[in-house]
Amino acid sequence: MSATIGRRSGSLRAERRWALWTAYISLIIACVIFLMPPVYMLITSLKTNADIANLQGNPWIVTNPTLEHYRSIIGNPLFLTFFWNSIKVTVLTVVVSMVISVLAAFALARMRFWGSQWLATGVFLTYLVPDTLLFIPLYQIVGGLGLLNNTWGLVLVYPTLTVPFCTWIMIGYFASIPKELDEAALIDGASWPQMLIKIFIPVALPGIIAATIFAFTVSWAAFVYPTAFITTPDQMPLTIGVVSTLVRGDTFAWGQIMAGALLAALPPVIVYAFLMDYYIAGLTAGATKG
Amino acid sequence: MANVSLRNLVKEYDGGVQAVKGINLDIQDHEFVVLVGPSGCGKTTTLRMIAGLEEITKGEIDIGGNVVNDVPPRDRDIAMVFQNYALYPHMSVYDNMAFGLTLRKFARSEIDKRVKNAARILDIEALLERKPKALSGGQRQRVAMGRAIVRDPKVFLFDEPLSNLDAKLRVQMRTEIKKVHQTVRTTTVYVTHDQVEAMTLADRVVVMNHGIIEQVGPPQELYHHPTTRFVAGFIGSPAMNFIPARVENDAVHLADGTFLPIPDARRERYAPAAGRDLLFGIRPEHLTEQRIGPNRADIIITPEVIEPMGMETLVHFHFGDARDFCAKIDPTAHAAPGERLVLTADMSNMHLLDAATGRVL
Repeated sequence: MSATIGRRSGSLRAERRWALWTAYISLIIACVIFLMPPVYMLITSLKTNADIANLQGNPWIVTNPTLEHYRSIIGNPLFLTFFWNSIKVTVLTVVVSMVISVLAAFALARMRFWGSQWLATGVFLTYLVPDTLLFIPLYQIVGGLGLLNNTWGLVLVYPTLTVPFCTWIMIGYFASIPKELDEAALIDGASWPQMLIKIFIPVALPGIIAATIFAFTVSWAAFVYPTAFITTPDQMPLTIGVVSTLVRGDTFAWGQIMAGALLAALPPVIVYAFLMDYYIAGLTAGATKG
Repeated sequence: MANVSLRNLVKEYDGGVQAVKGINLDIQDHEFVVLVGPSGCGKTTTLRMIAGLEEITKGEIDIGGNVVNDVPPRDRDIAMVFQNYALYPHMSVYDNMAFGLTLRKFARSEIDKRVKNAARILDIEALLERKPKALSGGQRQRVAMGRAIVRDPKVFLFDEPLSNLDAKLRVQMRTEIKKVHQTVRTTTVYVTHDQVEAMTLADRVVVMNHGIIEQVGPPQELYHHPTTRFVAGFIGSPAMNFIPARVENDAVHLADGTFLPIPDARRERYAPAAGRDLLFGIRPEHLTEQRIGPNRADIIITPEVIEPMGMETLVHFHFGDARDFCAKIDPTAHAAPGERLVLTADMSNMHLLDAATGRVL
């Protein structure tokens, strides 16, 4: 009997070691795959144009590091315009998305009304429709409103990408808040709006932060809609601005494109670095609660 | 403070399931009433209807002379303490207690006075700046009570407030709740499934089962004079024994031929039941080791399990085909599993029930 137990615990230890090794190896492979492009971008952005054009030698090694691409892109007034456009559109989109999502999620999660379940599922289903499918009908709508080639047009259409998922995250988060909390608030004398503002929003802050990060990432990185709706550089956000102004016909200003793309990726990286824990907590809320 | 009246109160859920089937109850001002019963008996639904958290299907609820059927919870002037405390996690203890008063736009000085007074009553003055997550279960429950006290409402509603606490703390908090009620005297409706809580706290206990009220009365009355088999079995721990019996010649005849003389004072009462199928009801505490005295009769049993509890010993036995009976004997009395044992029934505390209807005769 004791021999059986001994063998079992031994095999358990071996199994654990095997699992750890598998985990480490898969994680290392995943890290290499995901980090290779940004690292290559960084390396390219630090090379001189001559080095970039040089096909001899190892492309992963920088022989004459330079910041000239960064200097020229930051010195380019258009780049600053793109940056400003991206910030403006993203901030407004995040605000609009969060106001709509929080109100919608509160109603769908808490104010049990006829059809609320179906509506919640419907909201999520709209998230599954890709933007490549929507941009043609949306072009008509944005055009009809006279907002083509206008950043306000983007503020109008980006929430179609962000609101469904943000609402879904918030429904999950609100659902994880015990029902007794709203009942206690109702008895304490709170109205529905007071309950939302004084109880639900503060309690669901991690969820709200998660949804905000999602909305921020989506609108900062959106590519299809600005490509379709924006035509002049003064209205362009970073994503299409960098590509359209730094690619002239067949000529790719690789150094500047890479520097521009890295600078464009900086704000989301900063946001994630500071709010990662909230993001994970927000996305997994309700996962373990029955 | 106020009276509370429930008149023909019905709660029917979608699909026709009736959780509460037309109950009537009058709760007096300052009274502490406990609704007790097993899971699904309708006690919590009743409390939630009083709070306004559950819609009333039929009937009326009257608080302080006003029918409140269509009055929202915040305008009913009630306060409720929940099983899981329901403290606002992002607020300090002080803010949790002050929240209701702030919403009602009380002056800051008045809020401060009331919160500090409630904190003093509940002995949580040192915790006012803490967040709920930094409190123990018992402290959280005190804060939840504090939140109710500061409002000085007409009625306190408690929904199984001690169920989440461990056994020792539960006993301690039970005493606290009783003490608080003796201080503030607010009309209280308290829901629990624990009959000991019900007996110790209540001025009157309301025993519910399957959506109806089985019996209402002071704890001692329910214990000594239950009217139904359910109440007789529910109140008291361990539960009352019910042994199949008949009444003949002024004695209770059990299936194995034992006969137990009925006390003189009860003969007339039980005479009409002669010949019918009955249940002889006797509490474990009234079935002891052999004792001599008036109105006592012996039953011979064979113990299956002996449980020494310290101040008493529980003897579990079967009787004929029927099982799960219990007696409480003196710890010094000798009893062993499988060994014949003579028990004495205190017949002045016996009950006879109609086996078909479950009514106590």
